[in-house]
Amino acid sequence: MNKPLPKEYYTQLEEIQAIDFTLYELALYLDTHPSDSQAIQQYNQCAVYCKQLKAQFESTFGPLQFGSPNTNQQEWTWNSGPWPWQI
Amino acid sequence: MWAYEKKLMYPVKVSTCNPTLAKYLTEQYGGADGELAAALRYLNQRYTIPDKVIGLLTDIGTEEFAHLEMIATMIYKLTKDATPTQLKDAGLAEHYVSHDSALFYSNAAGVPFTASYIQAKGDPIADLYEDIAAEEKARATYQWIIDQSDDPDLNDGLRFLREREIIHSQRFREAVEILIEERDRKKVF
Repeated sequence: MNKPLPKEYYTQLEEIQAIDFTLYELALYLDTHPSDSQAIQQYNQCAVYCKQLKAQFESTFGPLQFGSPNTNQQEWTWNSGPWPWQI
Repeated sequence: MWAYEKKLMYPVKVSTCNPTLAKYLTEQYGGADGELAAALRYLNQRYTIPDKVIGLLTDIGTEEFAHLEMIATMIYKLTKDATPTQLKDAGLAEHYVSHDSALFYSNAAGVPFTASYIQAKGDPIADLYEDIAAEEKARATYQWIIDQSDDPDLNDGLRFLREREIIHSQRFREAVEILIEERDRKKVF
């Protein structure tokens, strides 16, 4: 919350929000249509892409997901901001 | 268990400090048809619902917590710069004297959240019909809040949430169909 965030923080985060939304929509659909193999294929494609985007974001801006490696060897970055309501 | 992700489900922006809108939004925070009630209702019903619907209740219940965080963010952003006088003018003096600018689980009229807002009947069809009704009531509430709001940035987030209620309602209707089909199949010997 201290220093202004670079533009890339927002653009990369929005990309992640978009792909996560797609995954969520497909998951809810598959919960009631569990035999739709085309939807499963789409879900798997999105899941791979989502992982890539999150790894890229986390390497620049620190952990997004609990359990991700703390890439900064000197400092625990999980508990430093910005938190979602602060951006 | 649940694992936290440091992001909102959908970006939340507000145009200006507006404690009046924050007060209305509290209805979806700790009100009868709000996001807290929804999350607690679905996740609690999971234990006694047929297996085929557990995944859906888990995923929708989890999404409701993401919605709750979006509503909290909206309320926080709309009130964080408000003075005590602005809060008073918005009808939030009673809230202020008890909570300062902290968020609290109550409805728009200040009535604290209660578990009696939600039900777990143990009858799968009765429970799912309650869930469908809850989604439709939440959708209507979002519409009434949008009608009262003149903040285009806030309304973007509210429209997203309104659409999600429609999707959830439709998925719950499909869940009812799945259970009815399964019940009818069992009757054929």
